Amino acid sequence: MEGLLAVTIGVLVATSVYLMLARNVLRFIFGLVLISNAANLTIFVAGRLTEGQPPLVPVGLDAPAGVVANALPQALVLTAIVIGFGLFAFALVLMFRAYSTLGTLYSEDMRVAEPREDRAS
Amino acid sequence: MISWYLATPLVLPFLTAVLAFLLRWGRAGRWISVAGNVALLGAAAILMARVLEDGVIAGQMGEWAAPFGITLVADLLSAVMVVITAITALAVSVYALADVPQRAEHLGYHALFNVLIGGVCGAFLTGDLFNLYVWFEVMLISSFGLLVLGGRREQIDGGVKYVTLNLISTILFLSGVGLLYGMTGTLNMADLAVTVPQLENQGLVTVVAVMFMIAFGVKAAVFPLFFWLPAAYHTPFFSVSAVFAGLLTKVGVYALMRMFTLVFTGDVGFTHEILLWVAALTMLTGVLGAAAQNDIRKILSFHIVSQIGYMIMGLALYTPLALAGAVFYLVHHIIVKANLFLIGGVAERIAGSTDLGRIGGLYKTAPLLAVLFLIPAFSLAGFPPLSGFWAKYVLVAAAIEIEGWAIAAVALVVGLLTIYSMTKIWAEAFWKPHPDGTDPTLASLSAHDRRSLLWPIAALAALTLVIGFFPEPFVTFAERAAGQLLDPTAYLDAVLGGPST
Repeated sequence: MEGLLAVTIGVLVATSVYLMLARNVLRFIFGLVLISNAANLTIFVAGRLTEGQPPLVPVGLDAPAGVVANALPQALVLTAIVIGFGLFAFALVLMFRAYSTLGTLYSEDMRVAEPREDRAS
Repeated sequence: MISWYLATPLVLPFLTAVLAFLLRWGRAGRWISVAGNVALLGAAAILMARVLEDGVIAGQMGEWAAPFGITLVADLLSAVMVVITAITALAVSVYALADVPQRAEHLGYHALFNVLIGGVCGAFLTGDLFNLYVWFEVMLISSFGLLVLGGRREQIDGGVKYVTLNLISTILFLSGVGLLYGMTGTLNMADLAVTVPQLENQGLVTVVAVMFMIAFGVKAAVFPLFFWLPAAYHTPFFSVSAVFAGLLTKVGVYALMRMFTLVFTGDVGFTHEILLWVAALTMLTGVLGAAAQNDIRKILSFHIVSQIGYMIMGLALYTPLALAGAVFYLVHHIIVKANLFLIGGVAERIAGSTDLGRIGGLYKTAPLLAVLFLIPAFSLAGFPPLSGFWAKYVLVAAAIEIEGWAIAAVALVVGLLTIYSMTKIWAEAFWKPHPDGTDPTLASLSAHDRRSLLWPIAALAALTLVIGFFPEPFVTFAERAAGQLLDPTAYLDAVLGGPST
């Protein structure tokens, strides 16, 4: 299971790097989504995987009996997903705004804040 | 309860933000922002007093014992950063009374600003790595909002670069947190400091250390990861620029200092050697980039980068004196840098632009502003007896002490080049006559605007002078803070409940 997830993470990272190298910032954003999910999976795997062992405390005990799934990484991943979702929503709106005000989605043409210095000034 | 002192500087900004958001339609929102930041300064001062008296204090939130719950910790470095944050926030919130247009206030400027301050304070006070990630996000999302508030084309353009590069750093940070957790099973920084050196696979630790270095390096805007900064910092309102310039990159520096003195100290020869190279190149590229610019805010943005190099240099040299220099530099730099951006804002208001080719004559017509500019500008360049001189002096002395001649030489040359940039602003904006032949004066501002624009500038300049003329207590303090960083016993005891608590 770890091996499968590791390969998945690898493929996700490779795909997202490919997307992020594109000049179109929309592709970049899609790459960002993929890589943030790769990061989430990394945390998940780092917490060690157990199969079919919900972290429940049996009636009458103070602690779970035997080996159970690690709940902490899942809590961390949930937090990270929520935060990532918020940031992604913002980034998408920003890209939309960029397209409507700058008229382009190509990073090479986004030179309003840092104009080229070709002209003699 | 000790936790109370620790939690107040976090709760206050968020409370202020909520109130300011609810009252954003009237004039009350802005005054709530000011009042909230006055209260924050008070809370920070109380925290500082406690830390000076009791040493490192730690609070377990929700009474969950470390390392299971979220811990807030204040040592001298954290405490002084919170105080400086509060000072900057107060100065900028007063300045914003005249700088931020009403439309932006309606869109929630004050709420975003205070959330940002809350995030910064949180990052300084947390003792938990994942919690640090959350505070970084709080900071990041509010800074996104502040950066593009107003929606001018330049802002959107700069915003795209700022947002994308910062998100990459965030993801690297998150992956690093995940891997570190996988190796150690803990996220509490003090607990990490104990468990990380016991790991068998120290090579993997160094790999993760480099991930953190890159993630925080982007936030701190070091070479070669700084390109988002000069692309974005000259675009938003001046108050936003000032608070970004003063605080945001410094959170990255703080995180680097914390992690690379507390957790990643196993392979100092490798990690801190990289940091030293990074520091030298950051200083040089920053200052050379500034020399090529012709706009006040762009020059100052590149100088942020070059000044970050000095702080990283202090961390990289990793001696008590060097770390003390880095702490001193942080404190001095935040005040000076925020102030320079505020002054740039006034210059733009009365002369019409920040482009050096299109303004001038400010010395003749606004001598007060000229004096107020001179203090932080030449402090930045390191003129004695201003605060920057002592900061640079301590760092260079630390470099020479361990015979790091090259880095000392770089630090001195960069100081010299900084003077070039500052004299360029001086000569162009203040000395030469205005190209349009007009005489811009401070009198062109309304009395209310003049008050709220100039008082914060004057107060910050006065602080610079105080640090400059009475450096002794500040240097002693920085040395104590550095001592705590290098010998984290007190930190560990405070968090994990050692003998001395």
